[in-house]
Amino acid sequence: MSREDVLVTAEWAENNLETPGVVFVEVDEDTSAYDGGHIPGAVKIDWKTELQDAVRRDFVDREGFEKLLSAKGIGNEDRVVLYGGNNNWFAAYAYWYFKLYGHQNVQLLDGGRKKWELDGRPLSSDAVSRAETEYKAQEQDPAIRAFRDEVVAAINAKNLVDVRSPDEFSGKLLAPAHLPQEQAQRGGHIPSAINVPWSKAANEDGTFRSDDELRELYSDAGIDEGKATIAYCRIGERSSHTWFALHELLGYSDVKNYDGSWTEYGSLVGVPVEVGPGTH
Amino acid sequence: MANDGCGAPEQTAVLPAGIDLGKEIVLGGKVTADGAPVGGAYVRLLDASGEFTAEVVSSQDGDFRFFAAPGQWTVRALHRSGNGEAKVTADGPGLHPVAVSVA
Repeated sequence: MSREDVLVTAEWAENNLETPGVVFVEVDEDTSAYDGGHIPGAVKIDWKTELQDAVRRDFVDREGFEKLLSAKGIGNEDRVVLYGGNNNWFAAYAYWYFKLYGHQNVQLLDGGRKKWELDGRPLSSDAVSRAETEYKAQEQDPAIRAFRDEVVAAINAKNLVDVRSPDEFSGKLLAPAHLPQEQAQRGGHIPSAINVPWSKAANEDGTFRSDDELRELYSDAGIDEGKATIAYCRIGERSSHTWFALHELLGYSDVKNYDGSWTEYGSLVGVPVEVGPGTH
Repeated sequence: MANDGCGAPEQTAVLPAGIDLGKEIVLGGKVTADGAPVGGAYVRLLDASGEFTAEVVSSQDGDFRFFAAPGQWTVRALHRSGNGEAKVTADGPGLHPVAVSVA
């Protein structure tokens, strides 16, 4: 797998807005940006209301994913290009989620909405409708999703990459600095985790850093390429961004995203928590 | 306020209900170009070492807001019309104003 297989440039995207079989999808937690103007022809997926189960803290099930993609007009053969705000956090999450349910022909728009806007490329507020499909999903691929027991077992055994900001890692903050800090769970990180903030994998314009820069970033931080890796953040979207960098761009073979992340781990009873800057 | 995700909440000059300025450090202000507000700018909060901490998109009126820890911060704005930055020091709870002009 190479960078060209998993990422498209804004220029490529603009040249392929009407290419049959290519579906652009904007994914965000807050879809008001889409409503105000989106890449022409793109459909939207709401991370919260469409990808998360309405009752349990989990994903929509396989049948729910089939129903969602069918309604969006996405077919099994379509090449899906995902993009969004927040430096593609939720788009990267959706990428991982599409892979989880077996959709292999999926790519990220490098730089997401930010790069598109900074380039001054066209946005449209026209309603988009695509003909309904009969999408068929696979069972979830357990090779890329980590659950809490596996994470506890990985302490001092696998690479644990905490991709939150240093202040969240140390326990000073419970959420990113642009969000209210009212969460109730404990602050800190999983013992033995290495802090490599997701943002170090991105350039200022939201595009991913080069493969050489990424390789140096993670090896300098002490991540052993020969070991299995689990990435986590607060709710699993920033760690999807790092999962993408490690697994899709650098080709590390065994990388999982722990989507329960700190909102789950930091509320568990009976697990070890480390505070401060860490020992790595 | 209910916000259990990482999406940027709507940026307004008026603080949302439930924010206690006696406890929280808020960095807030406006992005402008030639004195006029710039909406839709990508506003990045960088720590004292220049490391990225957070990013929001300015509102239609150019407003932005961050919740931060005590320290020296740089606020950097990116927009298709230009970039700019400003520094702010937050030593304790309260609203710390910062203005950024882009060119």
